[in-house]
Amino acid sequence: MNIVVCLKQVPGTTEVKIDPQTNTLIREGILNILNPFDAYALEEGVRLKERCGGRVTAISMGPPQAEEMLREAISLGADEAVLLSDKAFAGADTLATSYTLARAIEKLGQTDLIICGRQTFDGDTGQVGPELAEMLGLPFVAYVSKIEDINKGMHLQRMVEEGHEIIELPLPAVITVVKEINVPRLPSLRGLAKAKSAPIPVWTAEELAIDMDKVGLKGSATRVVKVFSPQRVNRGEILQGEPEEQVKNLISKLGDAGIV
Amino acid sequence: MGILIDLDKCNGCGNCIEVCPFGLLELVDDKVQVKEGCNFCRACQEACTYDAILIEAAVEEVEVSDLHRGVWVFAEQRNGKIKGVAYELLSKGRELADTLNAELSAVCFGHNVAEASELTGYGADKVYLVDAPIIKGFEEDLYTAKFVELICQYRPEIVLAGATPMGRSFMPRVAARLRTGLTADCTGLEIDLGRRLLLQTRPTFGGNIMATIICSSKRPQMATVRPRVFKKNTPDKERKGQVIKLDFERGGITSKIKLLDFIEDLTERVKLEDTDIIVSGGRGLGKAENFHLLEELANVMGAALGSSRPPVDEGWIPYSHQVGQTGKTVCPKLYIACGISGAVQHLAGMQTSEIIIAINDDPNAPIFEVATYGIVGDLFKVVPMLIARLKGR
Repeated sequence: MNIVVCLKQVPGTTEVKIDPQTNTLIREGILNILNPFDAYALEEGVRLKERCGGRVTAISMGPPQAEEMLREAISLGADEAVLLSDKAFAGADTLATSYTLARAIEKLGQTDLIICGRQTFDGDTGQVGPELAEMLGLPFVAYVSKIEDINKGMHLQRMVEEGHEIIELPLPAVITVVKEINVPRLPSLRGLAKAKSAPIPVWTAEELAIDMDKVGLKGSATRVVKVFSPQRVNRGEILQGEPEEQVKNLISKLGDAGIV
Repeated sequence: MGILIDLDKCNGCGNCIEVCPFGLLELVDDKVQVKEGCNFCRACQEACTYDAILIEAAVEEVEVSDLHRGVWVFAEQRNGKIKGVAYELLSKGRELADTLNAELSAVCFGHNVAEASELTGYGADKVYLVDAPIIKGFEEDLYTAKFVELICQYRPEIVLAGATPMGRSFMPRVAARLRTGLTADCTGLEIDLGRRLLLQTRPTFGGNIMATIICSSKRPQMATVRPRVFKKNTPDKERKGQVIKLDFERGGITSKIKLLDFIEDLTERVKLEDTDIIVSGGRGLGKAENFHLLEELANVMGAALGSSRPPVDEGWIPYSHQVGQTGKTVCPKLYIACGISGAVQHLAGMQTSEIIIAINDDPNAPIFEVATYGIVGDLFKVVPMLIARLKGR
């Protein structure tokens, strides 16, 4: 089974703030990490490979420093990794990102399953998985919490608001997974050694023979026109006194609001 | 596409460094350099008084065809019942359509959805009802194909859907097939009438940053919107609208995925999304058994039971109760947070609640920053008193 796992390098914290003086994002001191949701995708890919044989290829679109994250992916069980990096890819929205990933996956050759995390930690859109499926013309299931059976197709559990569904999915296909699916492993010593020396090819727009009008900012349908800090109105009132008094006070407030 | 600094013109004044929303500019040897990650927003170019910043012609503002008119709301149903978010979006959609002087339409897929005719009462001028046994459940492949077909036929300029698991799974496929933009999980929608643009505002970085996004050159402009962000209008029973029944002709459309079974989570008796009051517990509960205390409070108040992430990770309560960035977004009239410290990921899912009560023994817990009423104290003392007083009423 040839498995491709799509990964993204993200800031290690979402605790970013906007400097009120300059209206800019304060980025100092923030380390980049493997998107936490993608760790589950990678782990599931490695587990499937251990179950059925095959290869796991980790791919990522990002700046040159995303290479370190791909080395981490190898230490966690990926067989190989490819970085898609080119100035032309900068400023991509989910549409342009999924297009670029799709062309790279086609270049990788025959792929049976593509696994993505449910969303990224920074952008939070969760759109690249389903858009990628569409770009590749493959069937898609989001929010997979368990892979039950693999024969010609797979039997999966999909989380929905009211519980979960059992779904039959033919391969090749694209899925996104949720954190309930597994507990990611720690890197092995062998993996760490392999990661150190593994070649990580960088594919540029030219190598992908890609339509330049469809990548990066140029290929993006959406554009960010403004960023700002959310207004968090501190409307709070701390209720004072002994617990008895606090509770009494609280209930009268709720009574005033017409709730109890 | 690219950004270049004309080193002859740049005098290192640093005006541009201050305005870059992403902090990507720096001074090196008294000249400005651009780090990776520029999205060519042009803020620096506007700030530069020396014309030293060159940005290669961005996407020309393509003249968008006048053929696309009207606002659409995807009215999601499950088991024949239309989700609350559809009514919220129609209420908001009515406002947007009035500003644009355009029609508002609801689109509903399902079989024997009795409520579909009520959509007009919430503001829809037209209801496109695709009624067929084959799309009774969420047949995602079929939904995608049919929705794309309808958009191509009727050409709306704006398409809105709830940011539910269904909306967030199938709308990206529709957008990708149409090669148009989609903004995920919006919490604010406005119209720029001059350009007939939808200004879509959404939280990012786990709710720490808000971003306003446009889709200027493609139609339709598509957005998924968080449930319970917009208020649902009171339906106007007198309001007339047209219900247009459409067949689902299978044609060449095939569904590759097959829905075999549905297993309902029975622990969640009151749905978090639909309720007015939520009683929610966090790490401060200490162990699974202590959720019984919150259950009792929830029962007395007719509330649903919620949770922050740690209790779910610990296995104290199923995932379906989780509120936050990777759980559900809720906006009840009253949210009672017990033993929840208030990590931003949790706040992202509940901070729009009308009244928030925080009960926590740590006076510095961030939950108090969003709380309407805070009680600094031991929840194991406060909650039983609350239950006793409420029972006594």
